[in-house]
Amino acid sequence: MSFPWAKEYTPSHPFMKWMDEKLPVPRLIYNAVGSGYEVPRNLNYFWNFGFLAGLCLVIQIVTGIVMAMHYASNTAVAFDTIEMTVRDVNWGWLFRYAHANGASAFFVVIYIHIFRGFYYGSYKAPREMVWLLGVVIFLLMMATAFMGYVLPWGQMSFWGAKVITGLFGAIPFVGEPLQQWLLGGFAPDNAALNRFFSLHYLLPFVILGVVILHIWALHIPGSSNPTGVEIKSESDTVPFYPYYVAKDGWAIGVFAILFAAAVFFFPNALGHPDNYIPANPMSTPAHIVPEWYFWPFYAILRAFTQDFFFIPAKLMGVLAMFGAILVWFFLPWLDKSPVRSGSYRPTYKKFFWFGLIPAMAVLFYCGGAPAAEPYVMFSQIAALYYFAHFLIILPIVSAIEKPLPLPYSITEAVLGKDEEAELAPTA
Amino acid sequence: MARILSILVGLFFTVALAWSFGRGAYTQITEPAAPTAEHHYHLLPKDVHFASDGGFGKFDRQQLQRGFQVYKEVCSACHSLSHVAFRDLTQLGYTDAEVKAIAAGFSVPGTDPNTGEATMRPGTSTDYFPKPFANDIAARAANNNAVPPDLSLMTKARHDGPAYVYSLLTGFTEQPAELIKEFPEAKTPSGLHYNPYFANLNLAMAPPLVADGQVEYGDGTKATVDQMAKDVSAFLIWTAEPKLEKRKQTGWAVLGFLLFATILGYMSYRNIWAGKKH
Repeated sequence: MSFPWAKEYTPSHPFMKWMDEKLPVPRLIYNAVGSGYEVPRNLNYFWNFGFLAGLCLVIQIVTGIVMAMHYASNTAVAFDTIEMTVRDVNWGWLFRYAHANGASAFFVVIYIHIFRGFYYGSYKAPREMVWLLGVVIFLLMMATAFMGYVLPWGQMSFWGAKVITGLFGAIPFVGEPLQQWLLGGFAPDNAALNRFFSLHYLLPFVILGVVILHIWALHIPGSSNPTGVEIKSESDTVPFYPYYVAKDGWAIGVFAILFAAAVFFFPNALGHPDNYIPANPMSTPAHIVPEWYFWPFYAILRAFTQDFFFIPAKLMGVLAMFGAILVWFFLPWLDKSPVRSGSYRPTYKKFFWFGLIPAMAVLFYCGGAPAAEPYVMFSQIAALYYFAHFLIILPIVSAIEKPLPLPYSITEAVLGKDEEAELAPTA
Repeated sequence: MARILSILVGLFFTVALAWSFGRGAYTQITEPAAPTAEHHYHLLPKDVHFASDGGFGKFDRQQLQRGFQVYKEVCSACHSLSHVAFRDLTQLGYTDAEVKAIAAGFSVPGTDPNTGEATMRPGTSTDYFPKPFANDIAARAANNNAVPPDLSLMTKARHDGPAYVYSLLTGFTEQPAELIKEFPEAKTPSGLHYNPYFANLNLAMAPPLVADGQVEYGDGTKATVDQMAKDVSAFLIWTAEPKLEKRKQTGWAVLGFLLFATILGYMSYRNIWAGKKH
C-alpha cells in the first residue's frame, strides 16, 4: 500500500519508460526503498536495525560463497581446508574472519531488532504477518548458524553437533531413529558434515526469500513508529529517499566501524579456542558450549534438571528450548493491549526493563557458563521469569493496564501540535 | 480462551522450572559440592607480553628465529607443526637459500623414483614440517600413552594462548605438600608431571626446557629457560596467525576509511534532515 500523498514513479528517459512497461523493476525499487515509500518521520535509531540485518545477510552470503570456493566438506580435510584458506588464499583470512564474525554481528543486530519489536509492540495488528515472518527468519538463521559452525570440523563443531542433534533423541518413540536419519549415522560424521554443508549453502537463500516476504508484508501497512500511533496525514511522514537512505547510510558507517574493529583486531574474541583443535570423537571437551548467540536458549535447555511427572528432564528441556522461541509466534494474540508502544504502557514497560531484559542477560551469561551451581539455579530463575513474562504476565498486564494518553498523531508527538488535530472531531 | 491456554502453558513451564530449582537448591544445601584439587591449585596464565601484542604490534623477527630454533631443537622431537611449510619461514627473515638448507635438514616421506617404494628424502621448501610420529599409536607408544598435540594453532587453541604456552613451559614444579595433604587422591601419578597451569594439574609432557643454555642462540641472546619459553611462545603466535601483521595494518586503513565515510554520511544525514523536526 502506499499513502495517497506518496510520490508516483514517473520515468523520463525513454529507456526507463520502455523498461517500466516491460518489467517495472525500477518502479518496484522506487516504491520499496525510494521516494515512493512514505515512512513515519519520528523513527529512532532502533529502526535502523532492519536495514542493518539485511546488510549482514548480504555480507554473510558474499563472504560465504568465497569461503565455499576453498572448502571441502569431508571430515578428513575440512579443518585443513579452512586453515589453508586462512594461510594460503589471497585475503583468505579476511573472508574467514569476516564470515565468522559476520554471524555474530548478524545476531547482535537481529536481537536488537527483535527486542525493538517487543518494546514497541511491532508484532501487533496490522503487522502480525511481518512479525510471524520475522520469527521464521530467526529460526532459519539459527539453523544456518548452527550448521555453519559445524563445518570447520573442530572440537566444538563436532561436540556441538553431537549435543544438538542428540536433542532429537529426546523425542519419545521416534527420537533415536529420527536422530540417526538426520545424521546419516550414529554420530556426526562425513554424511552429517556433507548434508550440513549442503543445507548451510541453501538456507541463506531461503532466508533471503523470507526477507523479501517480510519486507513485502511490512510495506502493506507501512512502518510502525515509536509512538505506535498510525500515520494520519502527509505531515506524519517523509519519503524513504532521501531521508531514511541518509539515516541508514550513516548508521551503516557506525556498524561497519564496529564490525571492522572486531574482524581486524579481535577476530577470535567471540569464538571458542577448542574449535582450533581438530574434531576428535574420542576426546570430550571439558565444557561443551555453543556460540554465544545460542546461550539464552542453551541455558533454558539445561535449566530443566528434574523429571516433571512422567516427562523426562531432557525432553522438558528440549520442549522449553524450542517453546521459548515458538511462543513469539503467539505474541500478537497474547498481548491484548490496544496501545502498541511500550512508552505509553507504564506497567508493561516496567516488566520489560526490570523483568525481561535482566532475565535475558542472566540466560545469556549462564548459557556460556559451565553446567554447575550456582549458574544452573540462576538460569532456572531467569527461565521461569522468561516463560511467565510471555505466557502469564503479558496476557494479564495487557488486559488490566491503564495506558497513558497517546498523542493525536505523529506530527503532534514531534511538533507539539497538529493543526489537523484541531479540525478533527474529538474521539 | 487463548489467554487461558497461554497461562496454562506458562504454568506448566514455570512449575517444572520451580520444581527443578527447588530440588537443585535442596541438593546444594544438603550435599555441597566437594572441593577439588584443580579448583584450588589451578592457576591462570602468567602476565607476559609479546612484541606482536596490541593494535600496532609487530613480530620481533629475531625472536621468531630464536623461537623456531627452540622448536626445531627441542619441541619437534615430539610435536608436529603440520600447518606450516618450510617456505613460510621466509616470513621470519630467512633467505630462500637458508630456507632450502633448513628444509634439507629434515627428512620427509617420499617415493623412490626408481622403485616406487616409500622412502625418506631431504625436505624442500615446498614441504610441510614432517610429523615426528607415523601415527597416533606410535605417538602414544613413545609418550606414556599421550599424543603430543600439533603446535601450529596452539596459541589460538587455548584461552590466553601465548601466555598459556609460556606459563606451562616455565610452570613445572614439585607438587605442593599441602595439596597432597589436602587431597591425597590427587597425588601426581608416576609418569605424569605436576604443573599448576595445566587444567587438571598433571600432564604427560616432561619439562622440555630444563637448563639455561639448552639451546645455543646465534644472535648472542642468553638462552635462559625463561627466554627460550618466551621465544618459542612468540614463534607459536606466528605459526597460529602468520597474517597477524597484515591483518592489523589493513585494519587501521579500513578503520580510517570507514571513519571518513561515516563522517561524510553523518554530515549528509544532518544536511538532509535539516529543518525537518523528528
